Amino acid sequence: MRKLLNTLYITSPSSYLTREGENIIVKAEDRDPLRMPIHILESIVTVGYAGASPSLMQLCAERGVSLSFLQENGQFMASVHGKTTGNVLLRRKQYRLADGERAAIYAKRFIFAKIANSRTVLNRAIRDHGSNIASDKVNKEADFLKRYLNKVLTVPGLDDIRGIEGEAARRYFSAFNELILADKESFYLRGRNRRPPLDRVNALLSYTYTLLRLEVQSALETVGLDPAAGFLHRDRPGRPSLALDLMEELRAYMADRLVLSLINRKQIHANDFTIKENGAVLLKPDLKKELITAWQKRKREEIRHPFLDEIIPIGLLPYSQALLLARTIRGDLEEYPPFLWK
Amino acid sequence: MAKKLLYQEDNLLMLSGVQHYAFCKRQWSLIHIEQQWSENVLTYEGQQMHGRADDPYFSETRGDVLISRALPLVCYSIGFYGKADVVEFHAVVSSRSGSIIGERDAIALPGREGLWRPFPVEYKRGKPKSGDWDEVQLCAQAMALEEMFGVQLTEGALYYGERGRRVSVTLTEGLRRRVYALFEEMHGLFLAGVTLPAVYSSKCKNCSLLDICMPAILSRKSKQTRGYLQHYLDKEMG
Ligand code: SF4
Repeated sequence: MRKLLNTLYITSPSSYLTREGENIIVKAEDRDPLRMPIHILESIVTVGYAGASPSLMQLCAERGVSLSFLQENGQFMASVHGKTTGNVLLRRKQYRLADGERAAIYAKRFIFAKIANSRTVLNRAIRDHGSNIASDKVNKEADFLKRYLNKVLTVPGLDDIRGIEGEAARRYFSAFNELILADKESFYLRGRNRRPPLDRVNALLSYTYTLLRLEVQSALETVGLDPAAGFLHRDRPGRPSLALDLMEELRAYMADRLVLSLINRKQIHANDFTIKENGAVLLKPDLKKELITAWQKRKREEIRHPFLDEIIPIGLLPYSQALLLARTIRGDLEEYPPFLWK
Repeated sequence: MAKKLLYQEDNLLMLSGVQHYAFCKRQWSLIHIEQQWSENVLTYEGQQMHGRADDPYFSETRGDVLISRALPLVCYSIGFYGKADVVEFHAVVSSRSGSIIGERDAIALPGREGLWRPFPVEYKRGKPKSGDWDEVQLCAQAMALEEMFGVQLTEGALYYGERGRRVSVTLTEGLRRRVYALFEEMHGLFLAGVTLPAVYSSKCKNCSLLDICMPAILSRKSKQTRGYLQHYLDKEMG
């Protein structure tokens, strides 16, 4: 497997990024410029307003370092990349698949893994904290998820798959509150809500999903797939549908677990959030930094990849899955092996 | 008689591909069809070394040898374009002074007196290889020079950086036939857009595309994906 390089997150809105030779320079009003060589970086993500010089953009494009701009609230705005990588034949094949019958085969596999990994989150919680949680409830939902696993393999069409996915997600999130062991007064989930998040847990999940989405998106671009043409998620201008597809199997393992462990280890507190008049819940800037730091740390932890049978850092999962997906579309593999956390 | 020109500008392949193809067919398809390229230390060092031989605006003369760097090449009969690291032009004695020189052996160069024989030299990192891929690339360069200048060449050389020495290469009929055959296959695959399957071998550990190619996984597991989900499910149910 290839190496996991760093992602540089710029969270100070007044920052400006420039280039000096092979280095990126980060200038901010309140401190000395930061300098680092481009070759140690995999991607750069700026949150809130941050400027970048054209020559830095060029350097990033040449070196295959993705440079993304997010809004303050984590919403994706734009990214810079150079010539489209990969090959037009692969993308054409992707489009043909997306339009044809076989799209369902891929969609099934993303959702199978999504349900399986969500279920493992529930099962692990029972295993690790059985005495402190309402195991009955969690067990019950885990059993439902098992049934959906079976079911998703047998249904034919995309709409059925979407239906099962929706039901499974409701089941899973309905047990989610049982997995929260600290300050349950402040940390609870009232169903999934996103625009805007209406409770702290949703706010944390949304932000973490954004971090994941960026990585999946640039992984797809790296292997030459078009992140916008999905199999399960329908096309919509501006929506990275294939990235959303591929994220499904990684959400529970990479994002949900992180949010749960930060809450349960009391690394996050009720007053790290701002609650607006209309109930919208926002992360305070320090919490965002904290979340990013935790995310980066988690990316460096290692696991044995169930299909590749190799030890890899967790941060490479988006890339390894994107690569396996590209290889399947290209015809090297018969069927796509999604990431199944055991 | 001039060779038949089979190819046109927009179906030429890259000359550098022939060494990839001769080394590993899949490597060639990953680089040239899938447009995947992974820099590793080896390729980086290769570029560093090329750097010196790579200035197209610089020619020098050493005694009877004129050295031209980064010479653009094209060969319509075999269908490729590219660049020669170094082509030396060796001054040859005219027939008047004794040796027999036909117009097929040497050429006139613009702005220079006398006749000159092109002599391609390809710079390589490392040491001589177990396979013939360096020779094949050199021979292809020579064949392009022959077409472009209308000459017949008999010899070129490979320069190996690690050993610091030249190995001369005779452009045999066998080597030429191999170049033809390789390019013919490459044209076919390129047209069909086929990426060849991975075959894991001892070459793989020196291959800069190892991480992208995943030869071990793909040659071992390509048939095992079908049962992958069911297998998981069976284990979970059991
Ligand atoms: S890793 Fe092996 S099979 Fe793959 S391209 Fe390289 S040499 Fe060929």
